[in-house]
Amino acid sequence: MNTMPVDDTQEIWELRLYTAGQTPKSIAAFNNLTRICEQYLAGRYRIEVIDLLQNPKLARDEQIVAIPTLIRNLPEPIRKIIGDLSDTERALVGLQLRRADG
Amino acid sequence: MSKADETARAPKLPKAPTGISGLDEITDGGLPRGRTTLICGSAGCGKTLLAMEFLVRGAVQFGETGVFMAFEESAQELAQNVRSLGFDLDELSARNKLVIDYVHVDRNEIEETGAYDLEGLFIRLALAIDSIGAKRVVLDTLETLFGGLSNPAILRSELRRLFRWLKDRGVTTIITGERGDGTLTRQGLEEYVSDCVILLDHRVDEQRSTRRLRIVKYRGSYHGTNEYPFLIDQAGISVLPITSVGLQHKASRERLSSGVPLLDRMLGGQGYYRGSSILVSGTAGTGKTSLAAHLVDAACRRGERCLYFAFEESQDQMVRNMRSIGIDLAPWLAKGLLSFHASRPSLLGLESHLVAMHKTVVTSAPSVVVVDPITNLISVGSEHEVNAMLLRLLDFLKSEQITAFFTALTAGGSALEKTDVAISSLIDTWILLRSIESAGERNRGLYVLKSRGMAHSNQIREFVLTDKGVELVEVYVGPEGVLTGSMREAQEARERAADTARQQEIDRKQRDLGRRRTALQAQIAALQTEFEAVEEESQVMVSADRAREEELARDRTSMAERRGGDRKASLPQARPGGSKQERFTKRARS
Repeated sequence: MNTMPVDDTQEIWELRLYTAGQTPKSIAAFNNLTRICEQYLAGRYRIEVIDLLQNPKLARDEQIVAIPTLIRNLPEPIRKIIGDLSDTERALVGLQLRRADG
Repeated sequence: MSKADETARAPKLPKAPTGISGLDEITDGGLPRGRTTLICGSAGCGKTLLAMEFLVRGAVQFGETGVFMAFEESAQELAQNVRSLGFDLDELSARNKLVIDYVHVDRNEIEETGAYDLEGLFIRLALAIDSIGAKRVVLDTLETLFGGLSNPAILRSELRRLFRWLKDRGVTTIITGERGDGTLTRQGLEEYVSDCVILLDHRVDEQRSTRRLRIVKYRGSYHGTNEYPFLIDQAGISVLPITSVGLQHKASRERLSSGVPLLDRMLGGQGYYRGSSILVSGTAGTGKTSLAAHLVDAACRRGERCLYFAFEESQDQMVRNMRSIGIDLAPWLAKGLLSFHASRPSLLGLESHLVAMHKTVVTSAPSVVVVDPITNLISVGSEHEVNAMLLRLLDFLKSEQITAFFTALTAGGSALEKTDVAISSLIDTWILLRSIESAGERNRGLYVLKSRGMAHSNQIREFVLTDKGVELVEVYVGPEGVLTGSMREAQEARERAADTARQQEIDRKQRDLGRRRTALQAQIAALQTEFEAVEEESQVMVSADRAREEELARDRTSMAERRGGDRKASLPQARPGGSKQERFTKRARS
């Protein structure tokens, strides 16, 4: 039961990864995110990487404090995950791909 | 070169004035410019307000725009909270004077997955600062981050980076922090801020709250080290900066009428000194307030402004009561020369009273301040505290050359020459009112216990309240002792009666003398007449005798001639003539 996907609809997942330049943490986060998505959401996800240095206003609009931050816009509700996603277990819980009680 | 010289020559630390009344005096010019100041204190002590006022005044008064990064309240909530203080944040934001960024961090909405930093915060801050060219930044309060994010190691290193970053940007920053157990802030923010730390405190003593401010540290600058009371009211924060209780105030030689001519005469003929402190103490109902009203009335007549702090009576009550002794305060109130501040002492804490009074005095710049009575303040604080407070107030008023008039109620039965608040040594002129009880009545007596720098009367005067104001009457001092009131009047009547009797006696004696003089003069006149009559008669007889003598002489001569002699008849002529004249005289006397 520990790998059972919570979401079993065929909805497209919209994920936004907010970074500030090409830092090692941002690159690690992107790689980790891609890996998780390929594993659990193959074919039905979209990742958008937003560099806040290019578009600082979004940091304010999206209430971003920590970098990197991953926001799941769809499916609702909106989820916010911070960090480089190296802790896969917590990332899955955060994305609600796995129940917190595991 | 001595150390003092070094510090004097060293360039002064640049400062950013806060514009908050009193705080700039304590900090010797403001907060350290381009550096970070920590303001800490328990919940509800006014941290956010102080920080906000720093930004608003910076924008309005000093042309320095500011960024408020709020972690606890939204921009809307903040705007609402400070509107009551007269700060219009929306308007300032619209004019690009102020940016408020609400940073919302909620642990329940955030999942942490590995390493992260707070670059997002930096980006937002940089954006806000750059958008209006901000010179001032407030972070209220960073500690919220510790609640929202669970990795303290990351937070601490990021905060360290943040403060360095703020310093590099050259913005003057205030961060706030809630007081922790035994530490200034819960998360030890003081570790990161080494330049300036201000501690706010909100104490409640016997249901009365007093706010206090203390500068815990201020690197590279002189600063006041005491706890200073402060007040939050409609005009924001005001701190009472009585730092130097020096005795450097000027002493005016100008005199100020007390409004009671006889009292002026008792005070060296001209009344109080301007800028001096006057205490009128006495038991209940001895006319302390009436004396105060006289002073106020006299000052207003000269066109000077007066401030009356009443702790017992309302403005209306005072006006009514003073009218009964012929003093009409209403016109002065209408003209704005006199303003009343009537409040119960228990309304505020002692320090808050002081701050409020200080503030009112500063704004209305009066020449006379009356506090009636100071003894009521004891109900708010201890004697020691009241003493300290009055000392501060007096020093402040003296430095401003404002005449201070205090009344003090002496409890019946206690020593009259002891004020409850032992401030007599601070007072320049002390007038004592006492009631003198004798013959079943109670009268008021007044005397000048001391008056520095003038030859004052040592006499006790009876103090009478008439419908034309206060009158001072000399008491009766005589063999019967000191008499006042109706006893004095009775004694005066007795003396008047005695005087009249004496006068009548004198008149009578004088009349008598006159009569005797007339009688004697008449007698003298009669004797004179008699004498004149006798004199006349005598003279007639004398002349008749002479005529006969001459006749006899002629007869003798002719006889001698006839007897034929050539002898002279002159020699024998005298003897027979003499004997004959003797006979004639005898006859005339009989």
